[in-house]
Amino acid sequence: MSNEVVLDLHGSTSIAHDVHHGHDAHHEHHETFISKYVFSMDHKMIAKQFLITGMFWAVMGGLMSVLFRLQLGYPDSTFPWLEDILGKWAKGGHISAEAYYALVTTHGTVLVFFVLTAGLSGTFANFLIPLQVGARDMASPMMNMLSFWFFFLAGIVMLSSIFVETGPFSGGWTAYPPLSALGSASPGSKTGMDLWIVSMALFVVSSLLGGLNYIATVLNMRTKGMSMTRLPLTIWALFFTAVLGVLSFPVLFSGFILLIFDRNFGTSFYLSDIFVNGVGALPNEGGSAILYQHLFWFLGHPEVYIILLPAMGMVSEILSTNARKPIFGYMAMIGSMFAIAILAFLVWAHHMFVTGLNPFLGSIFVLLTLLIAVPSAIKVFNWLTTLWRGNIRFTPAMMFAIGFVSLFISGGLTGIWLGNSALDIHLHDTYFVIAHFHIVMGVASMFGMFAGIYHWFPKMYGRYLNNTLGYVHFWITITGAYLIFWPMHYEGLAGMPRRYYDYSIWESFKQFSDLNRFISTVAMIVFATQLLFLANFFYSIFKGRKLTTKNPWDSTTLEWTTPIKPGHGNWPGEIPEVYRWAYDYGKDGRDFISQTTPVGADESVH
Amino acid sequence: MTMYLVIAVVVLFFLVIFQIAKASEYVAVLKGEKVSKLQTNKINGFLMVVFLIVGLIGVWYCNDLLFAKTLFKFGSASVQGEKVDSMLWVTIAVTGSVFVATQILLFWFAFKYQEKPDRKVFYFPHNTNLELLWTVVPAIVLTVLVVIGLRNWFSFTSEAPSNAQVIEVTGKQFGWIFRYPGADHELGKKYYKNIDNASNSLGLVWDDKMSHDDIVTEQTVYIVKDKPCKFIIGSRDVIHDVGLSQFRMKMDAVPGIPTTMWFTPKYTTKEMKERTGNPNFAYEISCDQMCGNGHYSMKGIIEVVTQVEYDEWIAKQKPYYFASFPDKDPSNAPKADSTTKKVALVVSSSNSQKI
Repeated sequence: MSNEVVLDLHGSTSIAHDVHHGHDAHHEHHETFISKYVFSMDHKMIAKQFLITGMFWAVMGGLMSVLFRLQLGYPDSTFPWLEDILGKWAKGGHISAEAYYALVTTHGTVLVFFVLTAGLSGTFANFLIPLQVGARDMASPMMNMLSFWFFFLAGIVMLSSIFVETGPFSGGWTAYPPLSALGSASPGSKTGMDLWIVSMALFVVSSLLGGLNYIATVLNMRTKGMSMTRLPLTIWALFFTAVLGVLSFPVLFSGFILLIFDRNFGTSFYLSDIFVNGVGALPNEGGSAILYQHLFWFLGHPEVYIILLPAMGMVSEILSTNARKPIFGYMAMIGSMFAIAILAFLVWAHHMFVTGLNPFLGSIFVLLTLLIAVPSAIKVFNWLTTLWRGNIRFTPAMMFAIGFVSLFISGGLTGIWLGNSALDIHLHDTYFVIAHFHIVMGVASMFGMFAGIYHWFPKMYGRYLNNTLGYVHFWITITGAYLIFWPMHYEGLAGMPRRYYDYSIWESFKQFSDLNRFISTVAMIVFATQLLFLANFFYSIFKGRKLTTKNPWDSTTLEWTTPIKPGHGNWPGEIPEVYRWAYDYGKDGRDFISQTTPVGADESVH
Repeated sequence: MTMYLVIAVVVLFFLVIFQIAKASEYVAVLKGEKVSKLQTNKINGFLMVVFLIVGLIGVWYCNDLLFAKTLFKFGSASVQGEKVDSMLWVTIAVTGSVFVATQILLFWFAFKYQEKPDRKVFYFPHNTNLELLWTVVPAIVLTVLVVIGLRNWFSFTSEAPSNAQVIEVTGKQFGWIFRYPGADHELGKKYYKNIDNASNSLGLVWDDKMSHDDIVTEQTVYIVKDKPCKFIIGSRDVIHDVGLSQFRMKMDAVPGIPTTMWFTPKYTTKEMKERTGNPNFAYEISCDQMCGNGHYSMKGIIEVVTQVEYDEWIAKQKPYYFASFPDKDPSNAPKADSTTKKVALVVSSSNSQKI
């Protein structure tokens, strides 16, 4: 750690480049294990904490999906070892309906929030924002640290809900009341639901602390010369993500507060005219169960873009770097992300076309929803044009970036089906929806995340991941993802509903039992492959091939001007000044021109 | 035992892949990084095209295999659903061609422009005309889809025709309750606090005379072929959803907020059994909104019958009022035979008049 640089807070929050002259006399700062690895305030360490915690949850969530896919694929078989690990939830080696729904619910919650929100933007916003805008750390390293620990706590609470006697919450990750409000309607809605809400509340706090910090850093702490239009697209994407989160998570929180009141204090925000078997008629009258759905989806839809935008940003960066060609239509890329961010707030009710919503209101949401396809199309064509006439290096990161584009196209197009309310009437809440959002949001964003990990791993740990394992990981995962989710569209077209524990009693849906078995088998193989990736990750942290150069991908952006293992403060000397945009690849016959290179007099103008 | 064996094999398999991968890294160093990089680049570029071709064949094969298992082989069973189907075909045509074109471009570009030592990249940061092209064209295509969609949407959600048969559908954990208005063609009032599982499952208000002739059944509902049918949908406890895949219809059942849905069935259940060649065919009502641990078993059946069959069936039904107050049931009273018949006759004749 000879290049470790530690700054006082005043130094790290200052914007102007010149101020850093005062820091030549950096003192070596003694760091304990606790301050370096646990309660760290270094954005790079916090990023790694987010990443590894996210990985833990990804394994948990993935494992849950394997367990419930066992039930869907092999409803008639028994697996005695299931009883060993799940106890009364899998009596006789057969998962109970209760356990099945708990698994489905926790799988959704964990992957959407803990993996693809915290694990994705928590990792890369923390890691990349200071490094790519040229700052020594986040605007508030303390808030940043708190953001991680609130997330960690949220995870602990969620994990503990699995061990509650009445089981974890089991009413679906959207937690619609009255089901989620009434413990008498479902055992999972008892203590499990209390813990679920507490966990989610902690998570909202975490993401607000993080989001405010990301916004402040991007707006205020860019190095000299780094105007907004010179920012790499990753930063733009992470910036929009943070804005979406800051504006929409509080609305979700308000929805949860009303739910807490309905659950515990006898209010009737969401409850009306309810008679529960075994309990009788409830006193609540006048509430609206639909109100919750509005509040939920006001976050829930932007959440989709909170998950997607960081992946889009990283993919833009990685495609351009490895095609050795500037990203096509930089301004259009920003414009389309801006349009997506605005529209994200105006489409929430497309999740509610069949709730009895006013048809006129529904029609407005159809229009706005399908409008999102326009900026999405712009992005796809811009990525394709970026590849066109490039000189492509297939690093594992590049493979995953290309995979992302493929999946985004496949999943995005089915959004046009579902966004059109007249078609949604038929497809709503069927496997078509599962296929759609798993491809476009789940797997695609996962691919964005993998791309990011493969690309920035050398910056994180000063070593490379094993390439061969990376290629194996990529090819199995993309093939598997299509094999799992593509046929699900057909199940949806047959009207096969989501969240069913068993289809064998249904004359209309039982013809898919062979297909379900096939999907379950592929899911297990794909899950195992992810473990291979994890092995590669942890092995390479300690034993991977060492970096010999600061800039392994011949990239233009600032993070590759730091030392191979940057200390706290990122640059040992002054923060470099920026003279150009981030995508000067292949200009005037030069392979790449770093952002820190002044514009030459003989350079062509575009 | 087999369990451990499987785990052992998987672990072994992992170790082998891992060792090969590690070895390949050493080989790369020995060969020279540049050479081995170009080699893997070539392999992966080639695999991109293989993936594209195999993938497109796979899409075709998957369709071949699964299309017959969807509902489209026999078309929609409701008049309204035909519009859903035709809209589906238009949407498939549009999105399908975009899918094929963009995937081909993506993987073909990846293959074609893989790194070659002598290739010069084309510095192409932006082009306003191109960007305008792929803003405007999708916008126009989407407008067309929106117009088609909204026309159908407004027709599906419009008021049901006045001759529609009205039936109330109520979801509960985990089953369906149906209520027919009876001879007066009006559903009586109900209030949820009157609900009593034994004698008044819907909480009908008996002070309201209109409720006295209402007929209540569970699990199976009878509707008439070629006659518009309007469901007034509600729930007794949590949110459910009336999912009718053969009719291409779906509507949530929300406690406290009644919703409606209407459609015109085209085939009787018997006709569908013949058309599908499946003697067990049934129009199933699937609950499509997560409603608790029994969600997957919340099945109802719609029997589509002809008008004649319907009249016969309804004539045999007793008003629910009599279930609550057996002493008021004329058939329980001595010498009440003639009255029952009269009631039944009145019911059937007024029904056929209305039709």
